[in-house]
Amino acid sequence: MIDRKDVEHVARLTRLALTEEELERMREQLNSILTHLDTLRGVDTEGVEPTAHAVDLVNVMREDEVEPCLPQDSMLANAPDRSGELFRVPRIIEE
Amino acid sequence: MSAPAHYEVVIGLEVHAQLLTRSKMFCGCPTTFGAAPNSQTCPVCQGMPGVLPVVNKKAIELAMRTALAFGCRVNPACRFARKHYYYPDMPKNYQISQYEEPLAEEGRLEIDIDGASRTIGIQRLHLEEDVGKLVHEGTLETAQASLVDFNRSGVPLMETVSKPDLRSPEEAAAYLKAFRAVLVFLGVCDGNMEEGSLRCDANVSLRPRGSTTLGTKVEIKNLNSFRNVQRALEFEVKRQAQALDAGEGIRQETRLWEADRGYTRSMRSKEYAHDYRYFPEPDLVPLRIDSRWVDEIQAALPELPRARRQRFVAQYGLPGYDADVLTQSRALGDYYEAVLREPAPSAGADRPKIVSNWVMSELLRVLPGDDERAIATSPIPPRHLAGLLRLIDDGTISGKIAKDVFQKMFDSREDAATIVGREGLTQVADETALGAIVDSVMAANPKAIDDFKRGKTVAKKSLFGQVMKATGGKANPTLVDRLLEDKLAKIQR
Ligand SMILES: [Zn+2]
Repeated sequence: MIDRKDVEHVARLTRLALTEEELERMREQLNSILTHLDTLRGVDTEGVEPTAHAVDLVNVMREDEVEPCLPQDSMLANAPDRSGELFRVPRIIEE
Repeated sequence: MSAPAHYEVVIGLEVHAQLLTRSKMFCGCPTTFGAAPNSQTCPVCQGMPGVLPVVNKKAIELAMRTALAFGCRVNPACRFARKHYYYPDMPKNYQISQYEEPLAEEGRLEIDIDGASRTIGIQRLHLEEDVGKLVHEGTLETAQASLVDFNRSGVPLMETVSKPDLRSPEEAAAYLKAFRAVLVFLGVCDGNMEEGSLRCDANVSLRPRGSTTLGTKVEIKNLNSFRNVQRALEFEVKRQAQALDAGEGIRQETRLWEADRGYTRSMRSKEYAHDYRYFPEPDLVPLRIDSRWVDEIQAALPELPRARRQRFVAQYGLPGYDADVLTQSRALGDYYEAVLREPAPSAGADRPKIVSNWVMSELLRVLPGDDERAIATSPIPPRHLAGLLRLIDDGTISGKIAKDVFQKMFDSREDAATIVGREGLTQVADETALGAIVDSVMAANPKAIDDFKRGKTVAKKSLFGQVMKATGGKANPTLVDRLLEDKLAKIQR
């Protein structure tokens, strides 16, 4: 079971400022996801290799060739804030 | 500085090396350094939702090459993992790295320290993507915002983790130097620490001498030169020794080296969280590396500097210093051996050393460096140097004239025989002709003869110089010396 402390911990790692109400809602939702996983855990997987993929593929690679980038302006177009050619983000230096 | 005698220092290094690919790890954006900010990005390397990364095969091969050079086991199966942390230098909030199944494990690197050789274990070698570059707006104190350039984001990095086998800050610096040399030699990384192509973090702990359990380790970040590695570790060893002596104990933490201020400082837990919540990267399928692929890479591995150095000493009887210089770069060692392969019918057994002298003191004097480019574009190819040495061996020119010819070869790109023939530099070795010149020099220098008679043997040197001058340096020096000796002996009597 996920408790309040777990939710606070994950929220801190993900830089999310959650209200009391949101913390509680997240706790409930995360627990219901875990409950769903318990159902999956019931499946007999004896002798089945663990995998991170549903597709049976390996070694999908590309040659080391340069392709065109997107123009600088279009890459910066959606930025909430910019300074010239750079993305501008809230100061992240810790005192 | 070394640690207090009652403690043993235990250091392990993690080195991140930027691989020399043309395009990024998971997209086709170029990796060129110094481009305008955010001009080399695309939705993949900016971490936009819904994009699919595709592995750059060259990056895998460069990492395999390095792994094999370190004698690592290349794992037959490996895969990528997501390493989660939240920082503005990485917009998708996870870095694609490798965790449980790295590309390669269990290798070693030989280092030389105080004239002795030590083997340092390599624990693992894996691939990951670089992140963006963050700069502060204005000064550190007044900054209101940080600015991000994503050109570096997605550039292939190879992380190599050593075993905690290093026993002093000096050894750590020696390891990093040897590590860099191998990477540059293999052509997998340009080794440029100033541009961040090679970056280093260290784990360091102390333990009472004789103890076999590890002490609490501290991670130090931001060690971006050989000098900083040593300085930061020296500081940290001293700090830990003082804390232990005072009975304070060591806190497991990450510290940042402040090079300008000369100390390490603790990083806030907010700046650095160790809870990365790794899981397999669902957007990338696993890699299967069969033995044929490994064999292919292994077969193409060049002889490493260390092995080549040992072979040069054993096979050619070269002094260690010569072998060191000649094996610094692959191109220079190749050049040296190419000269040796050229025919030299009149050469003596000391030919390897003579060729070494010419390469070290003449060739390296005129070339801009010993790198691939400098050697490949040398105006004096190995065949021409060998030709010059043949002219000395068979007595056509003197060693002194040969040095002038060498410079002319460099300036004109012509071979030695052409220059010597055109400029009439052939050594005068005709005894009768030389004898006449010696006689006239003696006749023209009565004072030197008088001096000699009065026992001033130095006068002979002056006469020798006059003869060489009269022949434009072309006289065979051994013959001149003998002729002078004979003629002066006659006068004495
Ligand atoms: Zn890209």
